[in-house]
Order: sequence, then C-alpha cells, then structure tokens
Amino acid sequence: MSVFLDHASTTSLRSCAKEALSEALDFLGNPSSVHSQGRATRELLEESRDKVAKACGANRSEIIFNSGGTEGNNHAIKGIFWDRVTKNPDCKVVISSRTEHHAVMEPVQWLGENQNAEVVFVEHLANGMIDLDSLRSLVKEHGQRVALISLMWVNNETGVITDIPAITEIASKFDIPVHSDAVAAFGHVPIDFQASGLTAMTLSGHKVGAPIGVGALVVARSAKPISLVHGGGQERSLRSGTMNYPLAASFAAAAKEAVTELDHEMARLGALKDQLEAAVMEAVPSAIITAQGANRAAYNAHFVFPGTQSDAMLFLLDQKGVCVSAGSACQAGVLGPSHVLLGMGFSHLEASACVRVTLGKTSTLQDVQQFLTALEQVHPVALQATPA
Amino acid sequence: MRVLAAMSGGVDSAVAAARAVEQGHDVIGVHLALSRMPGTLRTGSRGCCTIEDSMDAQRAANKLGIPFYVWDFSERFKLDVVDDFVAEYQAGRTPNPCMRCNERIKFAALLERGLSLGFEAICTGHYASILEDGEGNLELHRSREMAKDQSYVLGVLNANQLAHSMFPLGATASKDLIRQEAAARGLSVANKPDSYDICFIPEGDTRQWLKEFVPTDSGKIVDGEGNQLGEHDGHVGFTIGQRKGLKIGTPAADGKPRYVLEIRPKTKEIVVGPEEALEISDLFGARYTWCGKALENPEEAFDCDVQVRAHGDTVSAVAAIVDGQMHVQLNEPLYGVPAGQTAVIYVGTRVLGQMTIDEARSKVSTVA
Repeated sequence: MSVFLDHASTTSLRSCAKEALSEALDFLGNPSSVHSQGRATRELLEESRDKVAKACGANRSEIIFNSGGTEGNNHAIKGIFWDRVTKNPDCKVVISSRTEHHAVMEPVQWLGENQNAEVVFVEHLANGMIDLDSLRSLVKEHGQRVALISLMWVNNETGVITDIPAITEIASKFDIPVHSDAVAAFGHVPIDFQASGLTAMTLSGHKVGAPIGVGALVVARSAKPISLVHGGGQERSLRSGTMNYPLAASFAAAAKEAVTELDHEMARLGALKDQLEAAVMEAVPSAIITAQGANRAAYNAHFVFPGTQSDAMLFLLDQKGVCVSAGSACQAGVLGPSHVLLGMGFSHLEASACVRVTLGKTSTLQDVQQFLTALEQVHPVALQATPA
Repeated sequence: MRVLAAMSGGVDSAVAAARAVEQGHDVIGVHLALSRMPGTLRTGSRGCCTIEDSMDAQRAANKLGIPFYVWDFSERFKLDVVDDFVAEYQAGRTPNPCMRCNERIKFAALLERGLSLGFEAICTGHYASILEDGEGNLELHRSREMAKDQSYVLGVLNANQLAHSMFPLGATASKDLIRQEAAARGLSVANKPDSYDICFIPEGDTRQWLKEFVPTDSGKIVDGEGNQLGEHDGHVGFTIGQRKGLKIGTPAADGKPRYVLEIRPKTKEIVVGPEEALEISDLFGARYTWCGKALENPEEAFDCDVQVRAHGDTVSAVAAIVDGQMHVQLNEPLYGVPAGQTAVIYVGTRVLGQMTIDEARSKVSTVA
C-alpha cells in the first residue's frame, strides 16, 4: 500500500468539493445568460465567489476565477507590468526572488527577455527568508521605476513563510504594487488579503482539495492588470471566457472547509512534522533541515541528505511505496538541482540531494512511520548509488 | 531477476521491455535524459532524446504496467560521448558515438547505477544475442535478422557487462515482426520511424554541427605529392573515403573522382587521391577488448571476420596480438577506413572483441 506524502504537489479531493462539483454539473445554463437557468448558474458562481473571498479575506469583487496558479501568476506579473509601463515607460523594474516557483520565475524572465523589463532579485537570509534590508535597498535604489514586486507567501519547496505585510510596508513608500503567489500558503497559513497590503495574490484550487484546473487571482479593486485573454469581458473584464461555475463551486467548498479547519490542521500537522523531522535527524544524523530557524508552514518538511542524489532517493522510496518529491522536474522528467536551495546558497551537490515531505488532510502518524521505515532502508542504498 | 529496461521511446526497446516482463522478470523502465536542453518534438530521423521520445517511452511503460523513471545522464553523456566526438574529429579521426555511448553510458554508468540500486541486468532493444558456450561462458552473437544486426555497436562489452545484459530481440526474424508485436501489445510506438542519425546532431549535418564547437580553421587540400588542389574551411568533419563536398575545381589528370585519403590536423591539410589509394590491407590498434571470454593465446594468429562500420560489409582476416597491439591482416581489401573507427572481430556469428583503429595501412602507397 503506497503512502502519499506529496500533498504540496496536489492533495486529495475533499468530499465537499466533489459533492459541490457533482451538484453544479446538474445545472444547465451559461452564467452570462439572462434567462432563469443562466441566473441560477450565475448565482452558484457568485456564491462561490463569496466563499472564496471570505476564505482569503478579500472583497468579493476582488476574486477573479481562472484555471489555477500558473495562469494567476502570469496574469498578475505580466498584466501589472504592462499596465504600469503603459502609464510610465520608465517604470520597468521587476523585483522578485530566485526561490520563486517556476510559474513566477518564467513570466518574470520572459518580461526581461522580451518586454525590456529590468529584473532584479532580493537576497535571502541563510534560513531561506527574504532579506528585508536587501528589499529596502532595492526599493530605495529603483524607487518609482519599480513596476512590480512579486514574492511568494509560502515557498513550495522549503515551506518558508514570507512576512508579506513587511514587504508591502516597504513597497508602500513608492506605491509599488506587490503580487504574491499564495498557492502554497492558502489553506495552510492564515491569509487576509485586505490586511496584507497586496495588490494581487494567486490561489490554486487543487492545493486545497478542489480538482485541478481552477483557481483565482485576487486583484485589489484599485488595480487593473492588463488581461492575457480578450473576449466577452467576464470576471471584471480581467479574464474573459465562459465562467466555469462547477469548478468554482467545487473550489469554494474546498476553500471554505480548508480555512475552517486551518487552526486544527496547523496544530495537528505541525506536531506530525516535528515528530517526522526529529525522527529523520535521529535516523540520518547527517541530514539537513533546509530552512531551520525560519518561520515555516506546518505541513512541509524539507531535507538535504548529503551524499545522495534526489532522483535515487525518490526512486528507492517509490519502490517502497512512498510518494515524496524533490525539486521540480523539467518537462522531460529530469530532476535538476533545486533552484530554491541554490537561491538560498546551498551547493549544487546539496541542492541535488533534497527530499520534500509534505503532509495533508489524510496524513497520519502511520504514514510518517512508513516513510521513516522506508528512509532507513533506502538511505544507505542511495548513498552507495551516488558516484563519489 | 530485477531488470532495468532502457527505454529510448522507440519500438525496439519497448518490445524488449515487454518481453522481459513476459519472461517473468521484475522490470522497471528507465529513459536516459542525455541532453540538458532536449527538443520538444522529434525531428528528422532521430529516435530518442526529445521530450516526445521520453513521453513515448513512458506511455509504453504504462502500457506494460511497469514503473518508469527518467534518469539524468546528460553530464556524463556530454563528457564521455559529445566531447569525445568533437575531440576525435579535431584529431582527424572519425568516431562512432553510439559505440561510445554503449561503452561508457548504457553499459557502464547506467549499469553501475542499476547494480548499486539492486538491479541485476540492463535490458535494451539491440538486435544481438547472448548465448552460452558449453562451459558456461557468455558469448555475444549477431542477431538472427542480419539486416538489423547491432552486435557491432555492442562489441565493446566485456564479460562482466555481458553477464548483466539482456537483448530480448536477438532471436527475432525481422523488424516487421517487432512492429507487429508492438501493435498487438497496444504500444503506441508500433509505427514510429526508425532512427538513423546521431542523436545529438539535430539536423543530421555533422560538419555544420561541429562548426559550433570547433573554430573554423581553413587549410589546403593537397594531392599525394603535396600539390595544392583547393582549400577547405576546417579539417574537422572530413572523413576518410569522403568524395562529396571537396569542392576541387580542377579535375584529376585521369578524370576519375578523388577521395579523402588522409587528414593532417597539425598542418591542416586534407590529402586526396584516387579510389585505389583507399584500399586497406592491414588494421592496427592498441586499444582492444575481448567481448566475453578472452582468447587463450591471442598472440597466435587466428582466422576471423572483421567489420569496421555499424552496417558495413564483413571481410575475412587473420588477426593476432603483436607487441601489445592488435594487427588485423585483411584477406580482401576494405576501402576508406578512418582511424578512430572501431573494428569488430567476429568468429562466425560470435563477437570476439574489438579495437579502435589507430592505423589503417594501404598497400598502394600514393600518399607521400
């Protein structure tokens, strides 16, 4: 029987999300239609918007439903940049970090390579947290020329939590819009969009127990990122296309439940994670907890096992029925060194020797024990399989 | 047996893996990522190394119900195969990268990793057979289907590597049967075209590709007496026996075509001459290996057949180890054999060993 400890990649579909989807699929009607059946599906959509807004501390008009995290990040980053640079051609500096998810890194890099953006990166402290002094000096250096700051709320590999209000406070001196990829944060740490000072925030449904293919970009009422797609003007004219009320309903149900359970799950998973980390360090004393000392999300444990290679560890653990992950694989399925760890200053060898264990709603102590048993068996083999 | 099936994404390796599964082995599919920057879609007649090929391999593995992984050997491949390929051409030789890949990647780095991870054998879709002699020694033999026989590129395997290799396609009568079998098994690669080109040269144009790595270094094209006949824009990429692309304006006195006879990297000269000067009677090589059990008295001359190209003709010869190097005396001539190529030595269908050719000697001395 395999044990799934890769909840940060995607997590189990919640029953409430499945039910909401199933019920919504029985409806017939385009939410933009004026007739009774259109009004019925529109109501489903708007109820869903209310729920998601409440779950993340936003105004209902700030929720723009979309297909998920990658779309949200692309829309926010490109859309805000285009909007800013249109108003002031000199406003073309984008501040981000080397430890962002690829769905942020790539659009930022694309802007640099194709849209004349000047991309600069903040520094990190040794524990993986953003060096706020570095951000202060970048903001001071570039001032009004900064089009956008994009920094993730929770790092998807290390679980490090960014102090978003501190970021927006720094940005506010020059009225710089701040976007945050909150995909790994939503449903795992408390989030209050309006209190955060953010201009835009990315959410993804399948990370909180909704199906894959739905999410939302939360956009402050004052902002109008230029749309990636043009059409019927749905979703505040920010995201045209027939509105996907069944998936929105499912996302809303999952988001509501995740946030309702948040305190309890943070405590439960946090305790499990602490047990896991302590046991790993006892079993493999050479292991490194990658962001030790940082404020980290409760569901995420991230290790470097010096002298091994991630793909050998993952392969061997998979053979034992344990599903975990490492850095992100490229399109061909090759695991490269973790760019997050490289960005934090780890060596290439260390960044190629990481394993991420992420807990979720279905995780139990038994799962953790199964992982530990497997780890004790496979670690010596992985060491041996790694060329000196 | 725990078997690692190397799956390129082609039909042969998919059927080989299927047969290994059917034989009751505990099989895991592995696709080797050999490039850090793989192309998205397959182009030309390449059969591996793009993301599409990796996906094809994964689909085949899924169809067979076996676990599948992509292992990154791009760094090793760059060092051991690509860099070696460029260096050999720079030195005026003509390398065989597929052979190098078998020698250093598939049956070395991959096998090593497989063994350390608890596997006992590597299974590939090569057309060759491993048979046992009467005394329990393993021998590599040509495949039943001569047109597809790939024993040549496996000539570098030693006894230990043979002991950890499986070639389930060796006894198959034809490639058509493999395609039919793939279709019957529901493998989507059943009709995927065969690959012919070197996998890391996208457009199949070796000379053009080499230009990116080797600075253009023009020189003279001369005849055997040293008379200049033309110019070239870099000796790298020329190969012995090459006739096309020499761009010599003046025809030979006898009106016959001229061929590359020798590449002189130091003086940047390409020596050309008539076809008969390509006639080779003797091959010498200090870098030789035995495939399986070594001969007991290799210093004593023995009859054999020799093949110098992957799909080339075989000629009969007499070979022996003389002063530490292998000397192969050909009973009938071969034409245009470049240094750097591999000569594989056969006795009947058995691969006895191989050597990298250091010198191919001609009886007709037209080169000054």
